[in-house]
Amino acid sequence: MREDLQLLREGALAGLQTAGDADALEAWRIQYLGRKGTVTDLMRNIGQVPAEERPAYGQAANALKNELSEAFDARQQALVQESLAAEMAAEGVDVTLPGRRPQIGGVHPSNQTLREITDIFATMGFQVFASRDVETDEYNFELLNMPPGHPARDLWDTFYTTTPGVIMRTHTSPGQIHAMKALGPDKPIRVILPGMCYRYEQVSARAEMMFHQVEGLAIGRHITMADLKGVIVEFANQLYGAGRKLRFRCSHFPFTEPSVEADVDCILCGGSGCAVCKYVGWLEIMGAGMVHPTVLRNGGYDPAEWSGFAFGMGPERITMLKSGISDIRYFFGNDLRFLEQFG
Amino acid sequence: MTAIKVPLSWLNDFVDVFDLDPVELAERLTLAGLEVEHIRWVGLNPSDAYHVPADRMGEEDGLPWELDKLFVGEIIRTERHPNADRLLLATVEYGGDKPMTIITGAPNLRPGDSMIKVAFATIGARLVDPYADAYKTMTLKAGKIRGIRSEGMACSERELGISDEHEGIIILPPNAPVGMPLADYMGDAVYSMDLTPNLARDLNIIGVAREVAALYDRPLKRPQPELAALAGIVRPEDMPRPQPPARRFVNIEIPAPDLCHRYTAILIRDVEIGESPGWIKDRLRKAGVRPISNIVDATNYAMLEWGQPTHAFDYDLLVERARQAEGQKSRGAEEQSDSGFSAEASDPLTSDILTSDPLPSVLPTIIMRRARDGEKMTTLDGVERELTSDMLMITDTLGTVAVGGVMGGLETEVNDQTRNVLLEAASFDFINNRRTSQTLRLPSEATARFSKGISAEMPVPAGLRCARLMVELAGGEVVEGIEDCYPTEQHSVTIDLAPAEVRRILGMDVPTAQISDILRHLEFDVEPLGDDENTLRVTVPWFRLDATIPADLIEEVVRIIGYDQIPTTLMDDALPPQWRNWALEGKERVRDLLTGAGLQDIISYRLIGPEVNRKLLAAQGEPVYDPVAGVAVDDRQLPVIFDPEALVRLENPLTPAADRLRSTMLGNMLAALARNARSVDRVALFEIGKVYWPVEDDSLPAEPELISIGLTGVRAARNWSNQNDQMLDFFDLKGVVEELLARLGLLADARFEATVHPLLGVRAARVLIGKNELGVLGEVHPVVRRAFDLPDQRACIAELRLAPLVAAVSYRPAMQSISNFPAVKEDLAVVVDEAVLAEQVEQVIRQAGGSLLRDVTLFDIYRGKQVAAGKKSLAYSLTFQADDKTLKDSDVEKVRKRIIARLGQALGAELRA
Ligand SMILES: [Zn+2]
Repeated sequence: MREDLQLLREGALAGLQTAGDADALEAWRIQYLGRKGTVTDLMRNIGQVPAEERPAYGQAANALKNELSEAFDARQQALVQESLAAEMAAEGVDVTLPGRRPQIGGVHPSNQTLREITDIFATMGFQVFASRDVETDEYNFELLNMPPGHPARDLWDTFYTTTPGVIMRTHTSPGQIHAMKALGPDKPIRVILPGMCYRYEQVSARAEMMFHQVEGLAIGRHITMADLKGVIVEFANQLYGAGRKLRFRCSHFPFTEPSVEADVDCILCGGSGCAVCKYVGWLEIMGAGMVHPTVLRNGGYDPAEWSGFAFGMGPERITMLKSGISDIRYFFGNDLRFLEQFG
Repeated sequence: MTAIKVPLSWLNDFVDVFDLDPVELAERLTLAGLEVEHIRWVGLNPSDAYHVPADRMGEEDGLPWELDKLFVGEIIRTERHPNADRLLLATVEYGGDKPMTIITGAPNLRPGDSMIKVAFATIGARLVDPYADAYKTMTLKAGKIRGIRSEGMACSERELGISDEHEGIIILPPNAPVGMPLADYMGDAVYSMDLTPNLARDLNIIGVAREVAALYDRPLKRPQPELAALAGIVRPEDMPRPQPPARRFVNIEIPAPDLCHRYTAILIRDVEIGESPGWIKDRLRKAGVRPISNIVDATNYAMLEWGQPTHAFDYDLLVERARQAEGQKSRGAEEQSDSGFSAEASDPLTSDILTSDPLPSVLPTIIMRRARDGEKMTTLDGVERELTSDMLMITDTLGTVAVGGVMGGLETEVNDQTRNVLLEAASFDFINNRRTSQTLRLPSEATARFSKGISAEMPVPAGLRCARLMVELAGGEVVEGIEDCYPTEQHSVTIDLAPAEVRRILGMDVPTAQISDILRHLEFDVEPLGDDENTLRVTVPWFRLDATIPADLIEEVVRIIGYDQIPTTLMDDALPPQWRNWALEGKERVRDLLTGAGLQDIISYRLIGPEVNRKLLAAQGEPVYDPVAGVAVDDRQLPVIFDPEALVRLENPLTPAADRLRSTMLGNMLAALARNARSVDRVALFEIGKVYWPVEDDSLPAEPELISIGLTGVRAARNWSNQNDQMLDFFDLKGVVEELLARLGLLADARFEATVHPLLGVRAARVLIGKNELGVLGEVHPVVRRAFDLPDQRACIAELRLAPLVAAVSYRPAMQSISNFPAVKEDLAVVVDEAVLAEQVEQVIRQAGGSLLRDVTLFDIYRGKQVAAGKKSLAYSLTFQADDKTLKDSDVEKVRKRIIARLGQALGAELRA
């Protein structure tokens, strides 16, 4: 090889080794391999080489160009590796540090349970029908088979407003009459009536003066108590988990006859007895019954042709059982330390 | 619900129950509608079906007596303790290998006593610790007192958990079988039951016994002649009519037969008031009634047993009053009541049966009349009460005696000197009775029963039972015959029941014969209806007032069969029309959007007090400040937007702090912010709920649903990667509202404009959708903030109407095209007067920018040295893009120039140097 080429080669390779970053590398490439680079010039200047040396010169110059190109690629590759390694080294982190969690609010536990109840009954064709909180005595009692002075009225401690005959509804049952009048007559009905109810009751861990209730009402030409049992069993299995045992006991509500209370085997002890179920193994989940003929009539339905069932339950009570909440007053206390536990 | 206590030993008088497991019997009764809430064990041992662990049983659960440790024992020898004067050594035979010696200090034992039967506890028995302050059980240990070993204990009532009695040991009857486990001999259990109002007939021992008899197909035992006489009687018309007394001893007048259906009186002579025997007191105590004296105890006992409250008058006091009245009358004082019904008894003057102790010449007269409005009376509790004409009074010729069926009078009450008792057993209108006891706030065991309804046929047999018991307990004799005034007779009720109806309602076939059987067990009379084999004519027994329609009978049938026998089916009835519930979907969508925006869903009390309103109006009268300049506007004050008094008010609030319905949710929200702000750094809440607005000319209020939002504290909680304590302010709140509106497609039509509001400070806006106001938002006025005890930091609240948002829930946006050509971003800073609003600037920019201007973002606001006073600089980032080509610099420059020119023309804006 000609000495000038040899010198050029050594100089170039030495320069390549000192090119420590992408910019230096690019400068090197331009200096040697660029359009006006030194190696490129070698080929351009081949005319000045004596003719007999030209083939050897051309070969040598070409070889040099290839060698330097390869060296450049290798060096470039090495540099990428180096910078990647440096980048990775700087990324070291303690993965146990807390993440930055997006701020997302939670749905109130009562509303969660209301949604759950609504969804379950929707699978059985029950739709939501809302009615008012401030009610007339007529709708809250009279049309539900409780004329003035009826002793069953004692079952509900009532808030009266200063307007005579206007009260705070003590249960969602007036919605039965509203629903029948709105959706009937002569049409089958399947609705649930969620809403806030009010009781003149000293507030304690077990009793609130305000609470939610969900009433259900089904009316049709062939609705039976067996159907009521079927719906309650289905609901309980969807809400509390499959395989639950249910128990129906005779009870009394003036607007249903016959009336029952439905109990589910205790979700905490499975029926063997614990403090939550007061050692009886059963938890009361709802009151229910066949709509009283007088109530059907008051809603515009002929009790000889139509029959129906109704039921009522308390979402707060259900939530208390499912989440082990011992005091109902947490529900409307608006304490974030309580609410945020339920997402 | 009405609570009663039923000792099994008492129940067993009327139906055999001791061969049944008390736990299973309780469950069977509960399933049949007679809820046994609780069992107290007084000696009897619970079965495995009882789940309360022994170590969790407290005083109310009672004490089972161990079968191998507590026995009927007999003291065969009693002698003095050789080393202790006051103690005795008793040798007790109890059926064990050898008699045991016990040391006792019982005051009812003497040296030399023998053949005395006692309740004997052997060593190791679990007993109630008689000396502990609070209820506690203990294990009996062998003890040595002054050299002598005590090998057991003769128990008092307290040690056995029967009562608090600890004066002496229990002495059992001589025929008690020695060696029998004590629990088998006298063990008992007491049911606490809570009965629904339709079970009024069962608020007594006999009623419960009838239910047990029907459930277990057992005969009702009738140990008393009064009960035996009623066997087989169904119709009230068939009840035996009482014989009038040979000589009248009281006149009864009922001028108010609608309120007092029947009044009977029995005379018991020569009683001696004293203490009742132990077995009566034991039963009363177990039933939850305090023994008082033999006469009063007899009335209570009869009431607990039969369900008929009675009242014992001192007959001589009534006679004395009649004499006084006679005296007044002879002085020409008063006119006599003569209307209404009166008992037809024999004439005292023509009677030829004269006793050795002749009846008085002046007879008392009981008059059951309505009170006069405003009439006053002092009741047994010593309180003077004002009466109304809706109330039934017991009066006599002298004046008022008692409130009928509610409370007796002080003056005629039996007392220590009473010799002759007039026993009242009456029947009242139950609705009127309930109303009176509620109005006078006089609940009692008697009104608990009267107010639920008692058969008008009950006073006679129950009165007789009570009278006989009085004689048993207090001596004397029952005067033959009953004074009976019965103007409003009870009539039999028949119900025609088609067995097919049972199937239609229950969804289960019940054979006609089974229906008849069940009803007959419950003492109904059942006959086929004429030739119609498909219908039963059912007569309701006289003691039941609750059954009137076929559905009532269906309930009777199914509760005896058991609800577990009903199949479980899925409705095969036609599915009603189903519809999309937009209102609910909309509400829940809003809830999800707000939780997604980082806010917690809350639910507040909808009943509030005047205190909340006072706080809400705390800033009233404060000056109004200009929203942009922040200076007070002369002569303007924050407006009144609601009248805190014009709300729906409660007549009977539980507490003054909850005496009215809220008309805004902001009071709740401010309280919730205050409650949490001290414990949580970032408080972000919302509530969706009703408020109540009175409506003119309507007795019912409007109940619109609103959304309230509240923010206070830091924007993001401080943590290892965020040390920045930026506080939530107006624009965080506005951002939440904007996001909510954007997601529902309403933001394009929404406008925010500065407003004044009595809860808000300078930073206050109302938001409009088109022309309709959606609500207000802003930072809480400092005065209001302090009133609610919020921390000294910004608090932001909003209240919006839910309905317009719900109406938008079906919104689905049309897709906008997405350009494939590059976007060009440019910054533009303009200087405008302070008074120029950002909204105006942006509007001009967008109009001038036309279709190529795709986005406008305000990224800086500057006031200071580089701009003139009273001016501000607004810096925008503008994004230009075309759908069909790559924009050239010249394209953008053209638009930019147009924007600057328009800003200058419209708003006097200048390009910032
Ligand atoms: Zn349990």
